[in-house]
Amino acid sequence: MSENKTLFINGKEVEFTDEINILEVMRKNGFNVPTFCYRPDLKPFGACRMCVVEIEGRGIQTSCTMPPESGLRIQTNTERTRRIRKTVLELLLANHDRECTSCEKSGSCELQKYAEEYGIREIRYAKKKEFLPIDDSNPSIVRDPNKCILCGACVRACEEFQGHAVLGFANRGSKTVVQPLAGKCLSEVDCVYCGQCQTVCPTGALTIKSDIEKVWSQITNKNKKVVVQIAPAVRVAIGEMFNLEPGENTIGLINTALREIGFDLVFDTNFSADLTIMEEGTEFIERLQKDENLPMFTSCCPAWVRYLEGAHPDMLGHLSTCKSPQSMLSPVLKEVLPLRLPEYTKENLVVVSIMPCTAKKSEAGRSELSMNGIQDTDYVLTTKELGRMIKEAGINFAHLAPSKGDSPFGEYTGAGTIFGASGGVAEAAVRTAYELITQQPLSDCDIKELRGVHNRCRDVEFDINGKKVVVRVVSTLKEAEKSIMEIKKGEAKFQLLEVMACPGGCVNGGGQPKSCDSSLIKEKRARGLYKEDESLLLRKSHENPEIQKLYEEFLEKPGSHKAHELLHTNYKNRLKGSYKDFE
Amino acid sequence: MKLKDDVLLDIEDLKQKSIEDINAQGLRVLICAGTGCVANGSLEIIDKFKERGINVQPLGKNDKMTAIPTGCHGFCEQGVLVVIPELDVTYVKVKLDDVDEIIDSHIIGGNPVERLLYTDPATKNHVFKNEDIKFYAGQTRVSLANCGEINPEAIEDTLSVDGYRALYNVLKQNDPDKVVDEIIKSGLRGRGGGGFPTGRKWMFTKMAAGDKKYVVCNGDEGDPGAFMDRSVMEGDPHKLLEGMAIAGFAVGADEAYIYVRAEYPLAIKRLRTAIKDAERENLLGKRIMGTDFNFEIHIKEGAGAFVCGEETALIASIEGERGMPRPKPPFPANKGLFGKPTLINNVETLANVPVIILKGADWFSSLGTETSKGTKTFALTGEVNNTGLIEVPMGTTLREIVFELGGGIRNGKKFKAVQIGGPSGGCLTEEHLDLTLDYDSLIKAGAMVGSGGLVVMNEDTCIVEVARFFMNFTQNESCGKCTPCREGTKNMLKILEKITRGEATLDDLDLLEELAMTVKDGSLCGLGKTAPNPVLSTLKYFRDEYIAHIVDKKCPAGVCTALKVIEIQPEACRGCSKCSRICPVGAISGEIKSPFTIDKEKCIKCGACLESCPFKAIIQR
Repeated sequence: MSENKTLFINGKEVEFTDEINILEVMRKNGFNVPTFCYRPDLKPFGACRMCVVEIEGRGIQTSCTMPPESGLRIQTNTERTRRIRKTVLELLLANHDRECTSCEKSGSCELQKYAEEYGIREIRYAKKKEFLPIDDSNPSIVRDPNKCILCGACVRACEEFQGHAVLGFANRGSKTVVQPLAGKCLSEVDCVYCGQCQTVCPTGALTIKSDIEKVWSQITNKNKKVVVQIAPAVRVAIGEMFNLEPGENTIGLINTALREIGFDLVFDTNFSADLTIMEEGTEFIERLQKDENLPMFTSCCPAWVRYLEGAHPDMLGHLSTCKSPQSMLSPVLKEVLPLRLPEYTKENLVVVSIMPCTAKKSEAGRSELSMNGIQDTDYVLTTKELGRMIKEAGINFAHLAPSKGDSPFGEYTGAGTIFGASGGVAEAAVRTAYELITQQPLSDCDIKELRGVHNRCRDVEFDINGKKVVVRVVSTLKEAEKSIMEIKKGEAKFQLLEVMACPGGCVNGGGQPKSCDSSLIKEKRARGLYKEDESLLLRKSHENPEIQKLYEEFLEKPGSHKAHELLHTNYKNRLKGSYKDFE
Repeated sequence: MKLKDDVLLDIEDLKQKSIEDINAQGLRVLICAGTGCVANGSLEIIDKFKERGINVQPLGKNDKMTAIPTGCHGFCEQGVLVVIPELDVTYVKVKLDDVDEIIDSHIIGGNPVERLLYTDPATKNHVFKNEDIKFYAGQTRVSLANCGEINPEAIEDTLSVDGYRALYNVLKQNDPDKVVDEIIKSGLRGRGGGGFPTGRKWMFTKMAAGDKKYVVCNGDEGDPGAFMDRSVMEGDPHKLLEGMAIAGFAVGADEAYIYVRAEYPLAIKRLRTAIKDAERENLLGKRIMGTDFNFEIHIKEGAGAFVCGEETALIASIEGERGMPRPKPPFPANKGLFGKPTLINNVETLANVPVIILKGADWFSSLGTETSKGTKTFALTGEVNNTGLIEVPMGTTLREIVFELGGGIRNGKKFKAVQIGGPSGGCLTEEHLDLTLDYDSLIKAGAMVGSGGLVVMNEDTCIVEVARFFMNFTQNESCGKCTPCREGTKNMLKILEKITRGEATLDDLDLLEELAMTVKDGSLCGLGKTAPNPVLSTLKYFRDEYIAHIVDKKCPAGVCTALKVIEIQPEACRGCSKCSRICPVGAISGEIKSPFTIDKEKCIKCGACLESCPFKAIIQR
């Protein structure tokens, strides 16, 4: 016996180490098998039966559930495996709403893809006749049960990431469906609109609710001035829709594309991420000094905010009162732009934000985030929607000449950029808080202990002026819930809690291009953000000259009355099912 | 697990005390209180016996009479059954009004009530004793040995027939390995259907790493018409508990669950009583019999999903999850209930354990065939004269069961087929009558032992309809997780429906067969893998009947409504109009005294006219 563990795939001997299943071993060695239900970040489910292989002595096995063992002899392409896959495809298609050309997922649908690859030209089984109603009751996600193939990925994502079980299986036999509790709409249950269900959905059963047409109509309206802001994580992911590598920073291309689409001014949410740090950092320092409402929770993630309001309203005092970067920049634009640019008025100004996030659509609709009955952010487009608009506009994205964002709110520091990865907000906050408290320059800006998209909970201890401060970074609400329980039991030893609902943070957000085929995609995107951070001269939010100018001219100082008016918010107790109202 | 302390309890003393208690009861009248007999009013009959019992002075040495409710005797169609062992008599079809006569005439007066004796259908003779009733005579009752013989709700009854002595012996001997070896040696295989060697399952669980292990008893008997596990749980619950405790000791588990469907309230009640009684007597619970072996048994009520009989779905259900099967590996022996190594066995399997320990593996393996040892219970139903629960040695032929125990086909009709193993099983035909019923020969014939359902069909049964019935069942009970089972069974059902409506083509038949093979190959769990069996086996043995439906548009058995044709033969019709008046949909019309006709569009083929015609002019084809 050799030292290395090996098995045989189609007669070829390959090595394996700690892969959880033979499907991963096959993928690493260039053998492709199709799958609908296997997602590397979710527990194997074995339901769709597409990844079946024949193993000598073991018969037909699903490769996603079969752990590798030395000496296994695996055949991926046999008469039986082909017949099972083709039958599965044919059966799924028979029961599917096959209006493919007008489907949101057309072109990116896995069912469509495999039907093409396996040459399904005829569906010999009885066609689906009964259609269920489509659920578009909420601002973020559309659920079309007629396109569901019951792979259970969304059910697992909701449970394994968010601990939430908003979606679950119901009924038996061919009447089995995936639906929210008791057949309700998503808006009637505790959905936080993180959109992870939709990122893992192989078909058009779960899609992002599109605001593209509304934005086009604003852009083409001569009486409107449409400005746009771009969130940090968008720039390292949108390129994937145009065959660029995950993590490649395309902010320059995005700026140009947005202008070509017809936006009047292009700003960067990174700027308001810096602004968030000024306010949140100040708030944190204050709370630390007063020893009040600790640990403090970050409030950038709208899914997390919504979760806390619904599940733990008694903990809302811990939540920073700072608005998210999206919701800070929008009111500033609506207040400041008309003062500086005469052709912009409060009436004709439309603010659109490009977000990696589906929950941002519901955040934009919160009544607290409006002035005189006008929402601060008028429209939210996800990364995927922007990609679609770029394609629709016929723009050759990858070959654009990069350009810079517009002043005054286009300037940002590295601290703003890293908001897009889990741990980034905490790192940015520590960079600023440390210097503000100690009045000493931070020797090394890279706080690598806070980083990582795979580890969903980490504690980092800092010594600030002899005071021990522990910062905890979590991603997924399932992890957040554990931290809340620690606090409730009085066992929490951290003072700052950064929560991002999506595993790995916004780089892996619900509005991003598909990333569920490989755990590495989110890692590459995060690396892209840290690379930009490193490349920038200014890497601490308080060093951003435009931020300094904004305070000088308009906001006075962090935590001022004016700053509170524009940049802070309040939260609601949504314990009693008031999830439904997002005004 | 090695025990530190020796067994402190004296089982023989306990037995003798129990026998004394039972002797003090005087003449014991055993009245079946199984679910079937309860439905026929046995509880009222028991009350009546109890009420009268106070003042009764039976003939002979007994000074009093005691009514004992028992578990199922198996001969359910003859219920309510009343057995008085001391008088060597079994009364059948007893009604409340018969109680006084039994007491006055027989118990006090010494004259048997002949009209309540079983009548042999062949000889027309009255039969006194169970042993002389063919239904019982052909049986070898091992797991059912005490069912109908003891009061399942009185632990002294169990103790008087050596209940918990096997557990005692095992604890006394204090060698778990030896227990596992004994079970391996006995050749016992899983009675839930799969037939996996039980001893090996025990060994895997025993060898699995982990401090915490569970024993789970699968009492989720879901096959339509099957009730062997229910009978054990209702009739001899302590035997099951004892079997579980022995299993727990052998594999190193200290906690167990019995998963029983909520539709078995009587079984649940008796199991609860039995657990409480056994714990009180220190036969279960903490420090059993004074040793440091602890074994706690919980009852989990299932909500009646057929798929929860699949072991991984059952485990998920106990954990509070939706009853959906999980892929294997990992096997429950390594990662089962709450992620811990778990031994999961069916009720009948566990009920065989105490007797194997008591009588030895050699005794057990002397029963049955080369590869299938011991006995098997079957629920015999359908078109046979004697229906009910039977237990026969593995390897008994189908002919013996149908024609000896079952007493042949009802109303002198012709035998056509047997569906064995429920919705997962297959059809056996006349050519299989001499097939020995055991795991391997049944698999070879395209069927399976399954949980042991045996539905006998006569010539009036449409085989396509049978396949459709079972496919409808599995389709409704599929958990919906994997595509081949969820969508595949649905489409198989659709094709079968097309065939029974006479709308299918031969291409549909090919598609049905292709799909059946793929569902069998590609499904996640046993439910899906075996769901096509009824279709595949009937296609194998009764293909011509499918063809008749498809090509000739005829149902040879005359069952499929859509293919029935009802016609009035003009030459025989006298035009009396009786049929047109009886037709519920007004499909028959004509002039009085000239031949009437049936409008085929309107006719719903109810057949009402057939019987109404005084001249037999209406025929069905």
